[in-house]
Amino acid sequence: MFTIPENWKKLTPTEKREARFNSWMSLEIDFATPDAAQAYRQRIQMIKDVTDLKQPERVPVIPWFGVYPAEYGGITVQEAMYDYDKLGAAFKKFNADFLPDGLASAALMGPGKVFDMLDYKIYNWPGHGTPPDTSYQCVEGEYMLADEYDQLINDPSGYFMRTYLPRAFGALAPWQMLGPFTDIIELPFVGLGLIPVGIPPVQEAFKTYIEAGQAVMEWISAVGPIDGASIATLGLPNIIGSFTKAPFDIIGDTMRGTRAIMLDMYRRPGKLIEAMERIVPIAIEMGVRYATVSDTPMVFIPLHKGADGFMSNKDFEKFYWPTFKAVLLGLIDNGTVPYLFVEGGYNQRLDIITDPDIPAGSTIWLFDHTDMREAKKKLGGWACFGGNVPGSMMKAGTPQEIETYVKQLIDDVAQDGGYILANGAVMDDTNPANLHALIDTGKSYGVYK
Amino acid sequence: MSQELIDAITDMREDDALEITDALLESGADPLAVLDDCRQAMEIIGQRFEEGDCFVPELILAGEMLKEISAKVKPLIQEQTGSTEKLGKIVFGTVEGDIHDIAKDIVAFMLDINGFEVYDLGVDVPAATFVAKVQETGATIVGLSGFLTLAYDPMKETVAALKAADLTDVKVMIGGGQIDDQIRVYTGADAYGRDAMTAVSLAKQWSGAA
Repeated sequence: MFTIPENWKKLTPTEKREARFNSWMSLEIDFATPDAAQAYRQRIQMIKDVTDLKQPERVPVIPWFGVYPAEYGGITVQEAMYDYDKLGAAFKKFNADFLPDGLASAALMGPGKVFDMLDYKIYNWPGHGTPPDTSYQCVEGEYMLADEYDQLINDPSGYFMRTYLPRAFGALAPWQMLGPFTDIIELPFVGLGLIPVGIPPVQEAFKTYIEAGQAVMEWISAVGPIDGASIATLGLPNIIGSFTKAPFDIIGDTMRGTRAIMLDMYRRPGKLIEAMERIVPIAIEMGVRYATVSDTPMVFIPLHKGADGFMSNKDFEKFYWPTFKAVLLGLIDNGTVPYLFVEGGYNQRLDIITDPDIPAGSTIWLFDHTDMREAKKKLGGWACFGGNVPGSMMKAGTPQEIETYVKQLIDDVAQDGGYILANGAVMDDTNPANLHALIDTGKSYGVYK
Repeated sequence: MSQELIDAITDMREDDALEITDALLESGADPLAVLDDCRQAMEIIGQRFEEGDCFVPELILAGEMLKEISAKVKPLIQEQTGSTEKLGKIVFGTVEGDIHDIAKDIVAFMLDINGFEVYDLGVDVPAATFVAKVQETGATIVGLSGFLTLAYDPMKETVAALKAADLTDVKVMIGGGQIDDQIRVYTGADAYGRDAMTAVSLAKQWSGAA
């Protein structure tokens, strides 16, 4: 956990970021060897250098792994989500064999048992709607209804507890019967306010909730040491200790759904914007809190529904960008570093995102289908960027093709520093030779002279 | 023809479009003419999409308007004047293991309003189901959708299954967020498309309607 210093409020955002980086670099870890300790600090230094738009000793290679470490370790995704021993063996082997500059974290696979217990409705996962060897997938739907915007705006937490979560989790459906916490304001209301808590199905739901909490503790006590071992023996820092999302994606991905939010842009634009504005401080607080608890400055933000083709630039500037920008500024202000995983193409958005209100050297953008030469032109000297090695090539290409692609990328856009080598789409499907080509070429060819 | 209705739809004025439809139908306009206005409006929207002036929200809203107007018009059509000649039959679906449907639905919708008979098999469709549907319908085109990189192998297997069933004349197009020419080659598909209008022009080309 990052300890907030007493003079925190007097620090500038840059000083706050320094403090977070320093704390991350000096985390008390029982390293297996002095080499591991040194490698850990060197890797963080490279990440800090690129964030600050400097030239590090070499290009940091931080691919974003999906479920591929499971396949590599000879287990199914289903086993990785349910059998923590197998999960541990697979992820430790993966990290040791490939040595990326950022840990492939076993925590990202998630506890299957907990999703089962809570009867999670918004996703299918291996053995539960998708085949054992595939990643989890979102089930598109309207989990928030069109006429519920005011409820969300008036009381986001109350809306989540009594409407959204009961829909998202079958086991929590009885929470619909709960009253708002805000009923409980003086003595006579305590008895009345707690009546719903005594209703048998509500009690049952809370019982399941508590059991799920216990199952999560079992999971994290297994997964924590798996990641801890890779960090301590290999010196791989865990880059992603925190995450949040753009308000448009929060509402669009798992609340209203793609189809419904796009209709809302026409049918109730005012309510949609008001709800996103309401979510801004919530999204900032979440990112900052996890960064503090995990003691990592990076806040991972996957970007979804603002990509090219999803809406016009005019609508991007009206619906997506203002609240997303507010989240970025809030995170930066707290000394954290937004680490953006820009899925799809952002070729039409580059002029908009390079907003002069966002200080130089305060964000990281990992692109997928975006033209990297254009990205370099627009983002160079303003923000660290990277990504782009195609998922198709990682699957169907040859190691030679990948080597050539990586070298070309480094030649064309990495020369001034401020650059991270990474793949474009989440890596679920590749092969060892191709992944070695990506990582090893990046490490050998990416040395700055 | 009501230019007013066409404009309302293409300008994305949903309420106006529905009001104009009501007024037209009340004043005794030919219901088939109203549907033809919708078709013309959709053609314009398709063109705008192709030119990059119109995006996913507009396609989704246009689809909604078309559905709402059809619901008003259809009961008034006494006899179907023999359903219009289709340009071709297409079997369509998201491949096995992938449950994403948004993009698939948009492409299927655009193919449908552009005159194709689309057999939409839904999501998570096994290779054998595609084969069986092609055999049943005599479709000459198959469209495979997939959002994740994990769709690559099921796409490849589906193409192979079609070939194994001797459906070698059937043309296969693939599409999705992580699909490119390298994956077209990998899967053995005949073509890939980045968006719905590419699918329409491919289908027209393959069915000799281009």
